[in-house]
Amino acid sequence: MTTRKIAVVAAGLSQPSSTRLLADRMAAATAAALEAQGFEVEVTTLELRDVAQDVTNNLLTGYPSPKLESAIESITTADALIAVTPIFTTSYSGLFKSFIDVLDPQALTGMPIALGATGGTERHSLAIDYSMRPLFTYLHAVTVPTGVYAASSDWGSETGLGDRIERAASELAALAAVSDRSQRVRDPFALPEGFSPVGGFGAQ
Amino acid sequence: MQFGIFTVSDVTTDPTDNTTPSENDRIKAIVAIAKKAEEVGLDVFALGEHHNPPFFSSSPTTTLAYIAAQTSTLMLSTSTTLITTNDPVKIAEDYAMLQHLADGRVDLMMGRGNTGPVYPWFGKDIRDGIELAVENYALLHRLWTEDFVDWQGKYRTPLQGFQSTPRPLDGVAPFVWHGSIRSPEIAEQAAYYGDGFFANNIFWPKEHYMRLIGYYRQRFEHYGHGTAAQAIVGLGGQAFMRTKSQDAVNEFRPYFNNAPVYGHGPSLEDFTEQTPLTVGSPQEVIDKYAGMREHFGDYQRQLFLMDHAGLPLKTVLEQLDILGEEVVPVLRKEFATNRPAEVPDAPTHASLVAKRDAALVTEAETAEVAS
Repeated sequence: MTTRKIAVVAAGLSQPSSTRLLADRMAAATAAALEAQGFEVEVTTLELRDVAQDVTNNLLTGYPSPKLESAIESITTADALIAVTPIFTTSYSGLFKSFIDVLDPQALTGMPIALGATGGTERHSLAIDYSMRPLFTYLHAVTVPTGVYAASSDWGSETGLGDRIERAASELAALAAVSDRSQRVRDPFALPEGFSPVGGFGAQ
Repeated sequence: MQFGIFTVSDVTTDPTDNTTPSENDRIKAIVAIAKKAEEVGLDVFALGEHHNPPFFSSSPTTTLAYIAAQTSTLMLSTSTTLITTNDPVKIAEDYAMLQHLADGRVDLMMGRGNTGPVYPWFGKDIRDGIELAVENYALLHRLWTEDFVDWQGKYRTPLQGFQSTPRPLDGVAPFVWHGSIRSPEIAEQAAYYGDGFFANNIFWPKEHYMRLIGYYRQRFEHYGHGTAAQAIVGLGGQAFMRTKSQDAVNEFRPYFNNAPVYGHGPSLEDFTEQTPLTVGSPQEVIDKYAGMREHFGDYQRQLFLMDHAGLPLKTVLEQLDILGEEVVPVLRKEFATNRPAEVPDAPTHASLVAKRDAALVTEAETAEVAS
């Protein structure tokens, strides 16, 4: 049976957090959608809180600790990614952005991503579209159209949160189904096309 | 196997007493440190190049020539020479001059430099860093190996019939190392020319450098310069020592915690576990560095960073005494044990002249047979 790897990044700061709760529900829905198509699914979840100091150290020193390096590797080699952050002061959290900042800028090229966010008030729901989506567009990731925003009130009333999760999950599962990212052999020493050790134009 | 020290030439406040040396203090200290390196039996002194505070070393050949005049065996090198923003013609001239004055005790290490504004200050763009390193070195290499050069490239004005002077000492260019932290292009370049590859090694975990050096060795063999085991590899390192391990930790910790680059980041304990930095007794340093060949293969040059982060001159000189008297003699024995015969020593001026002469003899014999 063919396997698809789903990575989840949750930037919630408390434990337990509503951000993790939303991330888990999006992951479960995506896994179910893929399993319905006959895939085996492996879900890896990274709570950024667990590597928060490593992320800061990476920003300062320029290199990831072995723990962070393996976490990054498991994220960037997945077939699809679910990224969920709390919205602080109208945007993704600082920790979330710091984590994105330590990734290789090419690491998410072509990565299918479903975006999720949590907040105290539903008035921040568009933050997914004006802050998260451009970030991943810049990184050449493929974001699915449905972003899932969960305000505190969504956890206590029927506001269609479940439907939004299902819709985002089915969009992501469709992309993950045709992804070969987790099967790719990566060559860290691949030279850019046309590279010559003596230079190009006229320098021979 | 060569052992030595390298410095980035930072002027940093001593965090233990909040005093900052003047540029003049640090410049004079560097000379004292280099002379001490020779006195305690080290082989190499390498000086960085920077064009922004808090670094003083904008003019390395001036400093190295001054040191050359006061030493007799010390090999003078750089860590690194900015191949991106310097004019390769000026590098060819300056270092050939230094090579003459120092009687051949000169090699140099090419680096790109990672300070963004330095590029535009010198009319360049950091996004062209790799291309600049490749093209500029291609020209430098020709200026040192060909008497008259016609040349056209993308990054400097063309040359017609140009001869850089002085010609390299005995017609043999200084040996060149290429330093890189992460770029396979630079490892490829070093391999292509059969030049040395230096892995700074002090800021990243060793696994990263093991892969990079493995790649360089493989490409060195590919380009026909010898076997992978014969590739010329240098490594950076970092140590702080006292007789009692805990004394070293206590004394070094404030310097570590406030150091440029990694200060206020990982703990000393994490950093010593993840990188070659060793803080402890001389025996701990011996154990850590004797193990390097297990990871990187037998190599040719080990440089230590000993004088940064505001350490006072007196302390640095004490550290050099320990390094030269207690650590390096043991490491020399360790590295000589079971070193395969095919692994060469680091090239020196004498060995490069001998190699060139041998090649000329072979060429003459081949010509004779042909005629």
